[in-house]
Amino acid sequence: MTKTTILDVQVADGADDKYRLKMGPQHPATHGVLRVDLELDGETIDKCDPQVGYLHRGFEKLAEHRTYAQNIVLTDRLDYISAMANNVGYCVAVEKLLAIEVPPRAQFIRVMVCEMARISSHLLWLATHALDIGAMTVFLYCFREREVLLELFAELCGSRLTNTYTRLGGVRQDVTHSIMLKLQRFVDEFPGHIAEYETLIDTNRIWLKRTIGIGQISADKAVDLCLTGPSLRGSGVAYDIRQHIPYAAYNQMDFEVPVGETGDTYARYRCRMEEFRQSNTILRQCIERMPPGPILGKDAPDLIMPAKPGRKLEFDAVAGNALIKLIDNRDLYMAGDVYVATEVPKGELGFYFISDGMGRPYRMHIRSPSFLHIGALATIGQGVMIADLIAIIGTLDVVLGECDR
Amino acid sequence: MQILILLLQIAMLLAIVLLHVAYLTYFERKIIGHMQVRMGPMRVGWHGLLQPIADGIKSFFKEDIIPQQADKPLFLAAPIICLVTMLAALAVLPFAEGWVLADINIGLLFIFAMSSLASYGIILAGWASNSKYTFLGGMRSMAQVISYEIPMGLSLVGVMMLSGSLNLSEIVAAQGTSIFSIYLFPQIIGFFVFFIAMLAETNRVPFDLPEAETELVSGYITEYSGMRYALFFMAEYIGMMVIASIGTICFLGGWNGPFAIPFFPPFWFILKVYGFLFVFIWIRATLPRYRYDQLMALGWKLLIPLALLNIFLTGLLKVLVR
Repeated sequence: MTKTTILDVQVADGADDKYRLKMGPQHPATHGVLRVDLELDGETIDKCDPQVGYLHRGFEKLAEHRTYAQNIVLTDRLDYISAMANNVGYCVAVEKLLAIEVPPRAQFIRVMVCEMARISSHLLWLATHALDIGAMTVFLYCFREREVLLELFAELCGSRLTNTYTRLGGVRQDVTHSIMLKLQRFVDEFPGHIAEYETLIDTNRIWLKRTIGIGQISADKAVDLCLTGPSLRGSGVAYDIRQHIPYAAYNQMDFEVPVGETGDTYARYRCRMEEFRQSNTILRQCIERMPPGPILGKDAPDLIMPAKPGRKLEFDAVAGNALIKLIDNRDLYMAGDVYVATEVPKGELGFYFISDGMGRPYRMHIRSPSFLHIGALATIGQGVMIADLIAIIGTLDVVLGECDR
Repeated sequence: MQILILLLQIAMLLAIVLLHVAYLTYFERKIIGHMQVRMGPMRVGWHGLLQPIADGIKSFFKEDIIPQQADKPLFLAAPIICLVTMLAALAVLPFAEGWVLADINIGLLFIFAMSSLASYGIILAGWASNSKYTFLGGMRSMAQVISYEIPMGLSLVGVMMLSGSLNLSEIVAAQGTSIFSIYLFPQIIGFFVFFIAMLAETNRVPFDLPEAETELVSGYITEYSGMRYALFFMAEYIGMMVIASIGTICFLGGWNGPFAIPFFPPFWFILKVYGFLFVFIWIRATLPRYRYDQLMALGWKLLIPLALLNIFLTGLLKVLVR
């Protein structure tokens, strides 16, 4: 029997004494299917080369063949940990493109689900980040609270993860009294839970040793690397789209943007912990000030059948179509392009549309924070140790569904 | 006849210890479960009491995968080395007065020798698997064991100086029966060093770097499956029990307790050992993991100087008392 080689294992010889390790895509700490090609000198990383694409599903191309409303489903699968925030981000962008009005109640509900998604996403981040550094108990504590939020999502729209809750011009279902009561209870209890996580890790010597000064990024460098969200704010740049270019009802909300100073893993950790508290106050404001009224704009389209492929949508030609009733003499599909960014838990999620006047986007581009954060990993991960790289991957908070799209 | 009785005793000890190992996993899962607001095993038997047995049967019947590129003889030998050395260390442990298989005069040294040999199993496992993660895990283990064997040995030198013996039964006897005469009080620095070194020696959190799940997949046991994996697991748990027994014998007065228990002299010994094991598990549920270089720094820069200081202070104490 001839001996076959299954694994091409390279070992160090005299000529090239770099130890090459392909970490991932099945590695437990790379949060999905990230592969990082490492060149090691002992346990120190000489070169760090992240490889993406294992979860590529071609959403941008898929979107060109579906109506604007149908594409909402795709956005669930971007950052599957905070699907609600993606839904809102997408709808805000399309509404700007198609000039659809959203009633105030829907705006408030959107802010509410966005912040619920933010808390749930940050909880999962904290859980996995702590687990990566070895603190196992925080992981389960976080899942306990996340469960409450996911159950609320399920009650709200019937689905825990892939929500598809928003629709163009509003939201799909109204919030019920029971949801509000449960959310109120969660909002009341949650600050106590944050304190609980902090007692476990915040002043723990080992945690501090593992996070302070690790993966330090200066403010300039963070901007250069296109970091957004808490990863950028940890470096001291107070950039939050919720405050700078408010969407939905964020301009009526009173909240602060927590900013770190040092730009290391610990600063980013503190930033997200403060965001827990800010999101909680936003949720409280939503509950207190939720306006009555419709949840859907008057001219909101639903799952409209698009024009036939290759045919321009002519309103006269399809008279009698449900579409026409909906658009009510208004030019629903305008040609042009638009870029709208929203603040999802990971950072800035931008949608860029080119519309040629058809019922589908001519081109949809997604600017996903995870993709750029993984790109930044190559720079940040240089010269650190393997254990630090794991901490840095955790602290940049990447989700591969969003990165590969 | 004598040999027969000895063999019977060995078999009994093995059976009892392995049963304890099985239920130590249950103990750990239950305690960590309750610390982490969940139940732990609940399905197999009443409150999951039969779970260790189900796990044992499962690992027996699982496929035994040997990687094609592995160095087969070493790959097969590694878990056995780990387990056998750990079991051998049991022989010199006195569970109660006279309850010891081999009452040799170098008991403490023998246990050190055996626990050092066990790290050969880990290193060989890491090397023979011919995988990068296991290799790194083996390397880490080698460095860790060398670094922590020293403070651990040094921390017990104070105990040897006080008792004047390496025989474990004599160390216990030297501490007397009173709770105030145990070596924990005069050797508090030694106990501190021993306690930290013991966590590192048994590869437990926060020093579980050789098998750091999130960094090295599973470290040196990545390529192992089925019963061979279980052997490593058993070796680790026996190691925990042996080290906890050493702590009990050297610092907590062994089998002596506030009052004697009739018919079952090892009662206090077992209670103290389980006290140690509970702390092991408690720490696992609480602390994050050290980084490799921080672990080395802690060992060489803090623990070894402290242990040396402890030896000096103990010597001073002996001179002054005399």
